[in-house]
Amino acid sequence: MSLNELWFVLVAVLFVGFFFLEGFDFGVGMSTKFLAKNDMERRVLINSIGPFWDANEVWLLTAGGAMFAAFPNWYATLFSGYYTPLVVLLLALIARGVAFEFRGKVGHEKWKTTWDWAIFIGSLLPPFLLGVVFSGLLKGLPIGEDMEMRAGLFDMVNLYTLAGGITVVMLCLVHGLLFASLRTTGSLQERARKLARKLLIPLAALFVIFGVLTVFETDVFEVRGVLIGLVAVLGVAAFVLSGWFISKQKDGWAFGMTGTMIALSIAAVFIGLFPRVMVSSISEAFSLTIDNAASGHYSLKVMTIVALSLLPFVLGYQIWSYFVFHKRVHEKEHLEY
Amino acid sequence: MLDPILLARLQFAVTTIFHFFFVPVSIGLVLLIAIMETMYVTKGKEEYKRMAKFWGKLFLINFAVGVVTGILQEFQFGMNWSDYSRFVGDVFGAPLAVEALFAFFMESTFIGLWIFGWDRLSKKVHLLCIWLVALGTTVSAFWILAANSFMQRPVGFEINNGRAEMNDFFALIGNGQLWVEFPHTVLGAFATGAFLIAGVSAYKMLKRQDLAFFKKSFTIAVIVALLASFGTAMFGHQQAQYLVKTQPMKMAASEGLWGKSGDPAPWTLYAHIDSNDEKNNFEIKIPYLLSFLSYSKFSGEVKGMHELQAEYEQTYGPGDYIPPVRTTFWSFRIMIAAGCLMIVFALYGTYLAWRKKLEKPNNNWFYRVMLWSISLPFIANTSGWVMTEFGRQPWTVFGLMQTKDSVSPSVTGGQILFSLIAFTAIYTVLGAVLVYLFVKVIKKGPNEITSTGSEQLADPFGKEGYHVS
Repeated sequence: MSLNELWFVLVAVLFVGFFFLEGFDFGVGMSTKFLAKNDMERRVLINSIGPFWDANEVWLLTAGGAMFAAFPNWYATLFSGYYTPLVVLLLALIARGVAFEFRGKVGHEKWKTTWDWAIFIGSLLPPFLLGVVFSGLLKGLPIGEDMEMRAGLFDMVNLYTLAGGITVVMLCLVHGLLFASLRTTGSLQERARKLARKLLIPLAALFVIFGVLTVFETDVFEVRGVLIGLVAVLGVAAFVLSGWFISKQKDGWAFGMTGTMIALSIAAVFIGLFPRVMVSSISEAFSLTIDNAASGHYSLKVMTIVALSLLPFVLGYQIWSYFVFHKRVHEKEHLEY
Repeated sequence: MLDPILLARLQFAVTTIFHFFFVPVSIGLVLLIAIMETMYVTKGKEEYKRMAKFWGKLFLINFAVGVVTGILQEFQFGMNWSDYSRFVGDVFGAPLAVEALFAFFMESTFIGLWIFGWDRLSKKVHLLCIWLVALGTTVSAFWILAANSFMQRPVGFEINNGRAEMNDFFALIGNGQLWVEFPHTVLGAFATGAFLIAGVSAYKMLKRQDLAFFKKSFTIAVIVALLASFGTAMFGHQQAQYLVKTQPMKMAASEGLWGKSGDPAPWTLYAHIDSNDEKNNFEIKIPYLLSFLSYSKFSGEVKGMHELQAEYEQTYGPGDYIPPVRTTFWSFRIMIAAGCLMIVFALYGTYLAWRKKLEKPNNNWFYRVMLWSISLPFIANTSGWVMTEFGRQPWTVFGLMQTKDSVSPSVTGGQILFSLIAFTAIYTVLGAVLVYLFVKVIKKGPNEITSTGSEQLADPFGKEGYHVS
């Protein structure tokens, strides 16, 4: 495997990690608006992701940093091309991040409601926008010979990318509900589980719609038909199993299955792209690839050494932190937010 | 009509300056909190735990704003400065990626463990967590400054395929610029956090609230403030000497020096600068001082802007290589003035603490001064960066790439204007909320935040729950 391929895989892994982890705290963040019946339950939900969401978000930052370092042209084209959606994404992430810290600091009702809305919208918009962006990568974008992407609104937002955005939102929501059922107790836990189960049907419908659209709107089945097909089969298996585990009240396993679905979905996007990183809708020759978008060999080598020596530590202490907070969050304990 | 370059620069200035209000506070506060918790663990006195928790409240509010405004920083290079990103990504991207991988993960994971881990971790492991957060913030500063140092003095690269490609990673992190810039910035950050704690403590002593608690906080903070301010000045001096060698134009501009300085070179305290006619109309000068600042001796000449402009035209071709002189000149002086005041006040505060004179009522004037002095490090930090970044103009990467060639060709002025307005608006709200919450926490004082936690007492299930966990 060349270093360019390795870094493509690493960027993919970082995005998989991001969607798997931040996916559930986006889902929990969304669920605070309709799953929690009172302020105490909202606090329990928020506290269930309290120790984790910040570190989860760092996966996105690291993915961005890795793109910048390993594929500067990918980073430059994507971030300048998707300018306005990224502005909205940033505003949402900013509002959400401070909301967690601010909401519990003042007892006033209106204060809390305001930050609760920030948490809800800030958890809903980012997975939607990222879903739109990722499906756009697959569908192709008007990238010219100069590697600049000059996209109009409908290049970015269309039936296909909207379907992608909504699918990601639903996936994160179910994933988050199962995380909530894993970390809470009593009636809140049961409601989370029930709702997750109910939402499996619309989730399946969205997957089918998005899959069918993918056949018509992209070339991924032509390029990597077998591999994508295999991923799809595994995805269906994970989906069926998640339903079965929910009905058996094995929340941990069910959560693992929605996580697997997320990982497979993101992996499918990267498999479909490879060896391209952004597809040009103007000409195949203008697509950005792991070669024309990449840094030089020396830079990639240095980054490989650094990343491979740091990653075990990062994974080690992150797993440890989940172990420390493995107990369920009760209403009857000190709640930080 | 809407100039994308101007708007992109304005947005970078607004968002970066705002972000850098919170970064030094975080770096400084977490160090002091780590010191306090260390004293708690080694001495076993509850008072120090209360301190770590009380100042921790301020730290967490501040940290949240620092983190969210930092996300934007990492995205902004690609969004507004895509040509810059393409040109330097090979070199500049690496420290950013390492920063995320090394520092951001560490900070974010261990801060979560610290906030929620008081009852779940042993004392020593909990203490280790806050030290790892402190380490993370400082390591983060190192890597982002490694990236910035490359812009000031590019090293460890070669030009291939029309872009800068890294060819020596160790040259990048061994950059002389980095090793004067990093200690200067981080010590300044320690001073920022220390002045915040010292200032708030002074205010509470003025109000005669929780005297013992705030006396102790003040003492710890003012000692750190003194050491850090003094260290910042020392490394600032190192940096100035380095500047004369590597970016003489910035030095000349920050001195308002059009012609040669003469030998020995005097330092200009005040100048009425006329940038159009390229001369100063009125100057107050202190003899020998510029020679000392530049070479640590009382002789030696410093080159002026006219001479350097001619040299740069020879090297880089025709163009205007003189940065905005008045901005550079005055921001440098404001930074120095704020820094000197910080040293003086920290010195006097340390003297009072050392002679055990803190409780004397005739110190009230000084406590008021210390309260207002909270602003001094912010003024110094901001003006220092304004000098550094304005003084590098017209370059983004000195000698390699100019600012006008760095912006995103596909982004319109209208788009940048929209984001500029949106970010400025949300940042204004964040700033206001932060100040409001700071005041609220400070007014409440540490007594509300006992080791059992304040929310708990207001919480009907609280007491019971505490014993269960």
